[in-house]
Amino acid sequence: MEKFIRKEGLVAPLDRANVDTDAVIPKQFLKSIKRTGFGPNLFDEWRYLDHGEPDMDHSKRPLRPDFVLNQKRYQGATVLLARENFGCGSSREHAPWALLQYGFQAVIAPSFADIFFNNSLKNGLVLIRLDARTVDKLFKETQASEGYRLAIDLEQQSVTTPTGESFHFDIDPFRKHCILNGLDDIGLTLEHADKIRAFEAKHRGAQPWLFA
Amino acid sequence: MTARTLYAKLWDSHLVHEGEDGTALIYIDRHLVHEVTSPQAYEGLRLANRKPWRVDSVVATADHNTPTRDWDKGIKDPVSRLQVETLDANMKEFGAKVYFPFLDKQQGIVHVIGPEQGATLPGMTVVCGDSHTSTHGAFAALAFGIGTSEVEHVLASQCMVMKKSKAMRIAVEGKLGAGVTAKDVVLAVIGKIGSAGGTGYAIEFAGSAIRDLSMEGRMTVCNMAIEAGARTGLVAVDEKTIEYVRGRRFSPTGAMWDRAVAYWRTLKSDDGATFDSVVELRAEDIKPQVTWGTNPQMVTTVDGKVPDPAQEPDPVKREWMERALKYMDLKPNTPMNAIPLDKIFIGACTNSRIEDLRAAAAVVEGKRVAANIKLAMVVPGSGLVKAQAEKEGLDKVFTAAGFEWREPGCSMCLGMNDDQLSPGERCASTSNRNFEGRQGPGGRTHLVSPAMAAAAAIAGHFVDVRTFG
Ligand code: SF4
Repeated sequence: MEKFIRKEGLVAPLDRANVDTDAVIPKQFLKSIKRTGFGPNLFDEWRYLDHGEPDMDHSKRPLRPDFVLNQKRYQGATVLLARENFGCGSSREHAPWALLQYGFQAVIAPSFADIFFNNSLKNGLVLIRLDARTVDKLFKETQASEGYRLAIDLEQQSVTTPTGESFHFDIDPFRKHCILNGLDDIGLTLEHADKIRAFEAKHRGAQPWLFA
Repeated sequence: MTARTLYAKLWDSHLVHEGEDGTALIYIDRHLVHEVTSPQAYEGLRLANRKPWRVDSVVATADHNTPTRDWDKGIKDPVSRLQVETLDANMKEFGAKVYFPFLDKQQGIVHVIGPEQGATLPGMTVVCGDSHTSTHGAFAALAFGIGTSEVEHVLASQCMVMKKSKAMRIAVEGKLGAGVTAKDVVLAVIGKIGSAGGTGYAIEFAGSAIRDLSMEGRMTVCNMAIEAGARTGLVAVDEKTIEYVRGRRFSPTGAMWDRAVAYWRTLKSDDGATFDSVVELRAEDIKPQVTWGTNPQMVTTVDGKVPDPAQEPDPVKREWMERALKYMDLKPNTPMNAIPLDKIFIGACTNSRIEDLRAAAAVVEGKRVAANIKLAMVVPGSGLVKAQAEKEGLDKVFTAAGFEWREPGCSMCLGMNDDQLSPGERCASTSNRNFEGRQGPGGRTHLVSPAMAAAAAIAGHFVDVRTFG
């Protein structure tokens, strides 16, 4: 996982509430046994005019001109601005993989679905919750000025606009630590291996049928 | 000792370690594995040179990609086939307590076979790389859907890193009317609290109407807890739970059974336990439900109408509704029972158990699928469900009415195999998600109960099952 401390980037506004992970990355791309290659298929049904299948050359497919990520001014965006309950639905981790592999490093929204939230943080995709009013304001500013960029400081837990206005966001300290240091979750957990073994022995004594 | 919720009891009994900030390690008893979300996890283990912590916690099957007919011809799509073969290879290399591969007589949807095999037991923690793992909470098991990194994490350490959720109690009191089912209850709940209403919560479903449900019905309700935003749904243990579990393949026996049952009987919220949120519904108020939009929260009653976004004051919500109606090709104020259908799907981990098939068969018996229906299909949740249904002659009832009777699997719930909607087609589906493109690109999904789907197949449009027949 890549370390994330301070990043500054172009913002793309996806003005839809309740964006589900089926929309983020449609099912046909879940047949892959790899962790990479999902970027071209992010929002596939919204992004392309034709129906996408995994074996296509996606660079040759016709784009839907009105979809926000296809507009010239948002090319190279690294911050996605979204509405409430972003990432609801399926547990597919292919959703954060696709967002990251497309080039997004952070998503800002009023709220995120739980499983998507966990999946994203495990991959270093920074999810920032700001209240709905602030998000609405950012939408308006993004739409109003071409080349709108935000600076995200994970250390300071702040989002700063081009005019210098700054918003604080909360993040779980453990997750922050992991993302800041690019730490592998499994390695951290296995530092508690003795505890896990001790728990397991006790648990086996209390509910032996679980181990039969 | 202070009164505890069922959720707190399950949490406490699996707590390995808790950090100062509340980040906890929770021990996992059962790990259900399927072909779609596991290949990258096993690959991760291999790359890090790690071994699974406890192989006998793993129960695996292939269900998402498998075809539902012509099994003798294998899996046609090479990409799907590779994914299933990758699971076969990983099972061979890493092992499992039991694996039900493609073509096995007991293969089926992971959330159907867990309980059916006694691989899901009360008091367990259960995880699966699938959001509908909440299904298993019907047994008072603490069950979470997880992503692929978490699958790898549980394989490697037998633990989940998580923080304790808040607890919500949803009580449905009273008696459900005839023709009103568990599916209608949970859709009504989602309609009430919204698809993010349960975010951050573990939901316990309680009240007399929930107690009156069969285990199948409780699984249907817990299955869709995730559609209300909650990772976990729970129902307390009672005699029905114990009777369902008794005698199943992996259930305890003899003295161990008695000991387990004594423990399981404690798996309910104590009197006086406090919840962070409480929601109440009257069972008598719940009517058969039909979704009209592209999110399970967009639901109304069969005697209702497509809502009018113009009446919605919140601009974000209004925009969302307009977009959904455009996708669904529906006009505001259209009566739900005037909406004609193209396809009918009875299946998915929500509603593919024997009781669901019986309810649907009772509606179609002696009737014919309407001429405008291009395809009506029944996909049993597992090989065992299929065999039981055939023993009862349900397959004959369906095929005589013009339904197709298929092999078990996820099928048109998400259309990773050939079973899909074509663009513009409209489907009455017993699955759990009506998202855009879920059942096929451009496909339009309406979520309903099995009885409602069956009645819609015969009528060719939605119809109130309470007065149908
Ligand atoms: S039936 Fe549908 S919801 Fe259930 S596990 Fe399969 S794909 Fe997921």
